[in-house]
Amino acid sequence: MAADEFENGYEVTGRDFANAGRVSTAIKDTLKGLGIQAPIVRRVAIASYEAEMNLVMYATHGKIRLIVSSESITLRVEDEGPGIEDISMAMQEGYSTATAEMREMGFGAGLGLPNIKRNADEFEITSQVGRGTRLQIRVYLPA
Amino acid sequence: MPSQYHHSIRFDAERCDGCMSCMRACPTGAVRVRRGRAAKLADRCIDCGECIRVCPRSAIVPLTDQMDDLSKFDYTVAIPSPALYSQFDVDTPPGVIVAALKQCGFNDVECLSPACDAVTTATEMFLDSYRGQFPLISSFCPTVVRLVQVKYPELVDQLLPILAPREISARAAKERKSKECGIPQERIGAVYITPCPGKVVSMLEHPGMERSYLDTAVSISDLFPTLSAAVARVGDGEPDLSRGETASGISWTYMGRLPRSLPAENTLPISGLRNVMRILDDVEKGRLRKYVFIECHACAEGCVGGCLTVENPYVARGKAIKLSQRLPSGPAIDRDTVARSYREGAYFMDEPLASRPLRPLADDIASAIVKMKERERILASLPGIDCGACGAPSCRAFAEDVVLDEAEQALCVFSWQREVFERINDLARLVSLQRPADGGKR
Repeated sequence: MAADEFENGYEVTGRDFANAGRVSTAIKDTLKGLGIQAPIVRRVAIASYEAEMNLVMYATHGKIRLIVSSESITLRVEDEGPGIEDISMAMQEGYSTATAEMREMGFGAGLGLPNIKRNADEFEITSQVGRGTRLQIRVYLPA
Repeated sequence: MPSQYHHSIRFDAERCDGCMSCMRACPTGAVRVRRGRAAKLADRCIDCGECIRVCPRSAIVPLTDQMDDLSKFDYTVAIPSPALYSQFDVDTPPGVIVAALKQCGFNDVECLSPACDAVTTATEMFLDSYRGQFPLISSFCPTVVRLVQVKYPELVDQLLPILAPREISARAAKERKSKECGIPQERIGAVYITPCPGKVVSMLEHPGMERSYLDTAVSISDLFPTLSAAVARVGDGEPDLSRGETASGISWTYMGRLPRSLPAENTLPISGLRNVMRILDDVEKGRLRKYVFIECHACAEGCVGGCLTVENPYVARGKAIKLSQRLPSGPAIDRDTVARSYREGAYFMDEPLASRPLRPLADDIASAIVKMKERERILASLPGIDCGACGAPSCRAFAEDVVLDEAEQALCVFSWQREVFERINDLARLVSLQRPADGGKR
């Protein structure tokens, strides 16, 4: 990692609902420890939570990397999983491929990716069906 | 570093034997045991009182007043937390306890129920017009308010900006008594009979208010012996039942559903500080947006579980429920009157609640990043078993203390042990190098 960046990686296991949300809590606590302003912490907390839940719900395994510099906060999310067939559909609010079981648990409202994008200043997503999905978002810090 | 925070808990170094019970119980990681004595980190402590509950040596003392301290006022009005009533037998009506309070030396007693009803109505009215982020978080428990200000600063705007019933009650009592008895309001002492130390802090810090209408607090546990004796005496006489409590007032003391007009599926009642923290974590992540109102109590089951009460919280809750079934249902105050006062702003806080986030590792982000990396490096070298022997509640907290120069890594017995082993290995190597070829045999 670059000398002036803080970086930390977190593993997420697919279908591990019991521990779902722990990674975003850890990320949030780290950002608070770094003295990041509350509204920005909140945006990253929401984005990382949605990303984490996507991994738990759809992927077999995934990683979230947090990179903080003086200029920005970056989240890099990579998973091994089914991938997304149609990204533009997945980006539409209300579109979801969640199962009945996931909906039963209060997820799968089709707001995940749109919500991540809404809270990010930069948003990139690529996916390979049958392989997995990569997502990178960046939130700028005020100078 | 001097703290800008007020506290209502004191650690008695004479009595403390450094057993670490408080350090392990503290939900915000605010206790350190250094040189065999527990001390609190003033900026982290939210005065929840969990340490008071677990201390085996009564070395943690709430800074409430004693009855003798009340002589500084010309006139005293007791404002009992309705949790007081559930400390007694269910067959002891609140009116008897009110009469007994007067025998204990209070000039008058103001019942909280009318203010509870007013606040319920005001909250419902506020929710009707609220357009901000959901869920709204109740602000009646001062420990929860402090918790949000310190640990969840981004949620302060979601705290309900309505005054707590105890403040409204104290204001009303002072206004009325001043008029009735011709005593200036500042000479009247409004004394909260409190189930917890958190209320004392809210008087000292008056979050969202220019000042608190309450002047001091006496704990239920300190008052109980005298009061129960007085209750026994009043039992034979005629209790003053002129301004009694109502069912809705009593029901404020246990986790329930406030405000009542909302459908149950839109509200979430939570009690116990660790549970509250779990829920606030979820709120921060944007979950729970479909809930309109979350009712948070720092103590198990609500105020009946306060650490300065004498009855078991579950028994007290049972009694409170029974009591509220027997009392008139209320509301103790006319809805139109409340609506008028609401429109005049009578129930609102004077100023927005401010956040008071914990001190970051450094003031500027670049230095904080350096320290965070250092913290992670230290953390990786620690055993990660949170044994507490170093005097910090977790390896993570200890790593942070080391980075902030508040502790030395040598305090970790494992780091220390590893170093000793390394020295022994070095020494053994040295010995083997210098040992004569025949192994020293002659």
